[in-house]
This record gives sequence, structure tokens and C-alpha cells, in this order.
Amino acid sequence: MPIDEIDRKIIQATQAGLPLVSEPYQAVAEQLGLSAQTVMLHLAEMQQTGVVRRIAAVPNHYKLGYRFNGMTVWDVEDGYVDELGQKVAMLPFVSHCYQRPRHLPEWSYNLFAMVHGKTEQDASEQVAIIAELLGAQARSHEVLYSTKILKKTGLRIGG
Amino acid sequence: MDAIDKAIINRLQQGFPICAAPYQRVAEELGLVEAELLSRLQTMLADGVLSRFGPMYHAEQMGGALTLAALKVPGERFDEVTEIVNSFPEVAHNYARNHLLNMWFVLATEQPEQVATVIAEIERRTGLRVFNMPKISEYYVGLQLEA
Repeated sequence: MPIDEIDRKIIQATQAGLPLVSEPYQAVAEQLGLSAQTVMLHLAEMQQTGVVRRIAAVPNHYKLGYRFNGMTVWDVEDGYVDELGQKVAMLPFVSHCYQRPRHLPEWSYNLFAMVHGKTEQDASEQVAIIAELLGAQARSHEVLYSTKILKKTGLRIGG
Repeated sequence: MDAIDKAIINRLQQGFPICAAPYQRVAEELGLVEAELLSRLQTMLADGVLSRFGPMYHAEQMGGALTLAALKVPGERFDEVTEIVNSFPEVAHNYARNHLLNMWFVLATEQPEQVATVIAEIERRTGLRVFNMPKISEYYVGLQLEA
């Protein structure tokens, strides 16, 4: 979806976040020399076309007590990956689920599912549930826990 | 963090209204006054409980590209490589993970062809091979967490 110059300016003005003032769209508009109406209209349009997923808060899983954030990776038959991926994605504790390319021989996993647990046991139970769901169709799997957030800034767009 | 903070986090993951006084509207929904919502949001952002609050942009929908990539970083070079990788504005997230592939980052670029350029540049500056794993299919993205 192409974005226009006003969209681009709004994106740049809000990529660090929305201002924490009573009238945040007015604040963005003043910064850009636009009317609040224009800013709201463009944001609503971008939301409709999917350029903006939503205007929302992004929690830090660690600080919320979800200390065991596992990237579970599975080696499944390519022919079944869509069907299996859809099933895994429906599990309530799975936040993201993707098919990604293998890099043989170093990396044989093609299905990725993120799980989030407050304890190691929660997370390993979640992995066990996925393993059971995939059954023999998963040839192997691993769980990669994040040990540190090195950077988390969100999307940047240049000038 | 108390029950009110949790209610705010849950509510604000659902999406925020586009209207003249959106904080006021959300505050009312939560049975709060606007000033309290704003000050709690400020605190949660400052404390890092929330990593961000605002419009979440979709790189591909903007004509750009997004990919997940990994590096196998020798332990003694971890800090140095972190600094190099993080210095790229296209690197949106970067996580250390307990695996031979121990550094995983998300690249977001405005032009699809920039992904290859940035990866080549990271390889050149770190001397390490980048394992590029762009998504082939996305089955669902649900960020709902019980507060």
C-alpha cells in the first residue's frame, strides 16, 4: 500500500510513540503544521489499509513476569507446514507462528512458534502441548529462550 | 504494578481510539480520570513495563520488508557484535538466545532490496555469516497475554 508524504511525516513523528497529552493527535498535527483532522484522517486510513496494524501498547514480557519467552522451532514436512502452523497458532499461549526457510545443514527448522511462560515449567508444558499436537509430523525441535533484550525500538523510517 | 496497571495494559493492547481526546475516552472506559491514565502510562513507559505506546506500523504494507536473522557469535565477541548490529537503524529488535545461533534480530527496511544490503553490511562489519530467515507464511499473530 503506497503511503503519501503526509503519511510519511505522521509515521516519522509517531515512531517513538504517541504523545502523552490530552489531545495527542493535535500535538502531532502542531508539530507537523497540519490540522488534527488531517492527522486523524490519515491515521484512520492507514489503519484501514493495514499500514498501521493498530495504535496500541507493546508490553515488555519480562517486566510483566513472563520470564520464559521461548522461540520453539520445529522441523516438519514442508507439505504439512501450513496445516500444522494453523493448528499451532490457535493455541492460546502462542503469540506468533511462522513458516521460515531452513539453512541446511546448520538449521533444519521450518516452523516457528513463540510461547510465553511465567515459570520454566509453564513454558515447558506449552512446548509439550505443541509436541503432542504435531506428533510424528515433527521430526525434531528445539526451544530457544531469550536471555536478554539487546534492542527493542520498533520500526524506523528514514527521512 | 497493580490491577489498574494491568487493566490499562490489557485495554491498550486492543487498540486506541482516533478522536480528539482519546485518553479521556479510554480513561472513562476503565473508570479512571484522564490524568491518572496519563501518569500511569508515563510511569510504565519509564519503567519499561511497556516498551512502546503508539501506532504500530507494518513494514510490508508500507512497501518495505521485514526479516528475522540470526548470527553465531563467539562468546568473547558478543558485546562488540551487539554494538555493531544495534547501530543499524534497520534493526528493530535484537535478542540474545541460548543456542549456537545466539543472536536473533529483526530487520525492517523501507525498500525490499535494502534487506540484502543491510545483511551484507552486517556480515562485512562483523565478519560473521548472517542466517536470513524471512517469513514464508504467517499463521496468526496474537499478542494477547493474561495480565
